[in-house]
Amino acid sequence: MPSNTIRIRAQVKGGTTDVKSLIKHPMETGLRKNKAGKPIPAHFIEQVTAELNGKQVMLANWSIGISKNPFLSFKVMGGKVGDTLKLSWVDNKGESDSIETKLS
Amino acid sequence: MNNTRRVFLKGSLTASALGVAAGAGLLTPSSVLAATWPKGAFERKDLKEAMKMIDGSSSAESGHVTLRAPDIAENGAVVPVTMSSDLDNVVSLTLFAKDNPYPLNSNYVFSNGGMPYASSRIKLSKTMEVMAVARTSDGKLYSTKKQVKVTIGGCGG
Repeated sequence: MPSNTIRIRAQVKGGTTDVKSLIKHPMETGLRKNKAGKPIPAHFIEQVTAELNGKQVMLANWSIGISKNPFLSFKVMGGKVGDTLKLSWVDNKGESDSIETKLS
Repeated sequence: MNNTRRVFLKGSLTASALGVAAGAGLLTPSSVLAATWPKGAFERKDLKEAMKMIDGSSSAESGHVTLRAPDIAENGAVVPVTMSSDLDNVVSLTLFAKDNPYPLNSNYVFSNGGMPYASSRIKLSKTMEVMAVARTSDGKLYSTKKQVKVTIGGCGG
């Protein structure tokens, strides 16, 4: 399943699955103002979930304090080459995206 | 009652943030994912209150958590932070940035083999202490702190 916003790599190393991902997102705090002095509305990812073979292994609750175009790395015990890892995000506007990748 | 309070809190930042609260926060369906985003804890301006809401207590023993962050961050908008724990019954890792407008930064919940490790990049508005808290399955909290010097703040325009 392709994704326009998520890049991911999931590698099995000695019994542990190492996941690294990059998400394209403005992560706007809502505390900044534009040039005209008007507040820029908050726009940030609230939750990221990871599922290995359909089972949730990680849930991240994020805030406006995560940097623009977030990087996220986490680890899962077990996992075999060819297993499916799904990563999804949803933001405060209800926008979302997800990607599926095979462990390598 | 809570909603009124939230509108008040947001409204007190800037008058026109009221519209933002209604449009972006209050009306967002929270059932998109299985567990609800802990909005209340993220809106606390007091670290201890936020910690109590997200982790059930505001006191933690030290040790068993590792927090990796730079001593000096040139750009507060992008500060790499990695949390991990050597305990095998950790259910969550939580990151606090003490002097950010909202101290609760992020919270990671692990299940089904998810290991107590999370690495990301965060915003720090100025030089401050960051703190990682690990919560175990029996409800115990462990924490560690680190001072990060910020040369350029991460929250400005």
